[in-house]
Amino acid sequence: MTDQPTDRPEVRRPARRRPSRDAKLVVGLAVVGATVLFAIFGPMLTQDPRSSDNPVLVPPQPGHWLGTTSLGYDVLAQLAEGARGSLLVGVVAGLLAIVLSLVFGVVAGYARGATDEGLSLITNVMLVIPGLPLMIVVSSYLEVRSLWVVAIILGATAWPGAAVVLRLQARSLRSRDYVSAARVAGESTPRLLGMEILPNLLPLLTAQFLFAVVLSILGEAGLSYLGLGPNGSITWGTMLNEAQGGGALTRGAWWWFVPPGLMIAVLGCAMSLINFAIDEVIDPKLRQAPTAAKLQRKARKAGLDITSPAHDDDTPRPAPASRAPDPDDHKERVQA
Amino acid sequence: MRFYARRVGFYALTLWIAVSLNFLLPRLLPGDPYTILLARLQRSGDVSPAVQNSLRLLLGATEDQSLWQQYVSYWGNLLRGDLGVSVTQFPTPVTDLIAGALPWTIGLVGTATILSFVLGVGLGAWAGWRRGSWVDGVIPSTTLLQSLPYFWVALLFIYVFSVELRWFPIIGAYDVFTFNGPELSWAFVGSVLYHAVLPAVTIIISSVGAWMLGMRNMMVSTLSEDYVMTAQAKGLHTRRIALTYAVRNAAIPSVNGFGVALAFVVAGSLVTEQVFSYPGLGKLMIEAVRNNDYALMQGVFLMITLAVLAALLVMDLVHGLIDPRARHRD
Repeated sequence: MTDQPTDRPEVRRPARRRPSRDAKLVVGLAVVGATVLFAIFGPMLTQDPRSSDNPVLVPPQPGHWLGTTSLGYDVLAQLAEGARGSLLVGVVAGLLAIVLSLVFGVVAGYARGATDEGLSLITNVMLVIPGLPLMIVVSSYLEVRSLWVVAIILGATAWPGAAVVLRLQARSLRSRDYVSAARVAGESTPRLLGMEILPNLLPLLTAQFLFAVVLSILGEAGLSYLGLGPNGSITWGTMLNEAQGGGALTRGAWWWFVPPGLMIAVLGCAMSLINFAIDEVIDPKLRQAPTAAKLQRKARKAGLDITSPAHDDDTPRPAPASRAPDPDDHKERVQA
Repeated sequence: MRFYARRVGFYALTLWIAVSLNFLLPRLLPGDPYTILLARLQRSGDVSPAVQNSLRLLLGATEDQSLWQQYVSYWGNLLRGDLGVSVTQFPTPVTDLIAGALPWTIGLVGTATILSFVLGVGLGAWAGWRRGSWVDGVIPSTTLLQSLPYFWVALLFIYVFSVELRWFPIIGAYDVFTFNGPELSWAFVGSVLYHAVLPAVTIIISSVGAWMLGMRNMMVSTLSEDYVMTAQAKGLHTRRIALTYAVRNAAIPSVNGFGVALAFVVAGSLVTEQVFSYPGLGKLMIEAVRNNDYALMQGVFLMITLAVLAALLVMDLVHGLIDPRARHRD
């Protein structure tokens, strides 16, 4: 430690917060990348996931690294094939949701007036109609469901939350000086939306996209678990459905139902980590206040009285540093 | 007054859209639910023309009536409280089955939601207060729990605590071997609580992280407000600053969210109920789907939507009553 007594928190802050945020981002990206690679190359390296010429319900062992199911399918092979199915559903549904939320959120927030009223009304209606029951009803009427159909059902119900967030942000961006300047300069509305508003929404859009992907993968798993997933395809959800039906729980076949859920859980956590990193970029208060408080506590422990005499061991103080760059900017975001 | 009219209008509109969706879905989507249903019904006994007619209205079999006439009669049936009869439990009307399942869902999911809120907001406030400390480092990571497939967590719990350790029962809401049906006795209440532990813990685990992170973030924001600094400068007691100045203001968004969460209680945990075979609305709906019991399925969906909308309306009205800003914003 090269702690110098005269070091003020403000000076050291940038060096301190970087590693933490980058660590979240790196771990998240690494796990997501590994899962994508597994989905692309896994099925090429494992045996046929629909081949039942294996011994039945054997625990993990060489040759069957994750054991087999009660019908003699290799769990690892199914997991690799299921990764393709689940990721495909998640990404397609996520893209659809983000496109819809752009239309219903950004356009509404920018347009104002009657367009805003109409689009917001649709968003609000979709927001209060319970999503999962609606998905169950729609899926049960469709007797043939491909992966794509399931993805569309999920995407079409996953967008309202993102639309609300994007609308508020677009509204606040709309009244910024640089947007007004562009408007006065005579830029067309599509160009304003595409070149001025959208780039500033990018971090938020990315976060909402990742969130929609996680939500859709979870939603697919839930639907498939209930037997309403894609027919004929293998996903992590259909694996769980078969494990439940095949009595994996009562027969103690943990290698059958733990891996698919674990894959979903790990992938979901990785995407959340990326989202945390993005959140801290969007809202500077979230990263500055805790760091400042920590530094003050440290300094006090080291015997430096940087504020008034402490009446408690760690009374948190309103960190002066957190009032930093642009107070107006904060207020707007907190209200949004 | 304008505020209340707008809110009531909005929910009335949403209800109309939901009912119309319910009416249109079986008619627009491919497949012929009415024929499947009637074939199943006739296997279980005679079907009176009145029942056939009511099912036809629900599911939209091709008939000489125009779509508009069907729509009008459909509303007529709904307003009379006729949601058709169930196939799985043949002559029982759908409304009776729903009435039997509703208390279980509200009891289990409602209690779990309240516990989750109290726990999450409490821990979140603590983490926000001690921002930057180890507590604050641990709490945000619990939101990762949200990314877990909650029904898979339920499966793990059943495997570990029910199958391997045999601490908790695998299925049901009470011990069906001891009790014939719900009764009023301490033994029965004990059995119900005992059976509710695992499902409730699953629901709490999957929802508590969101409360914690939301509260913690608001707490961090609130603590850097000027009025908190003023309070400290005045030399107020730490506890008073924490509770009256910080927590009370930081909790506003969480409390609003809590109202919404309460409203969605009936829609909340369909899959969890199915995993634990808990006799609530979720299990009822999923059993209906499995048995092509379309009338029951639609009835449950309608009931869930209605309950959610009614609860949200009440929340909005109460919110407007206690917070004048809400009335003026709209």
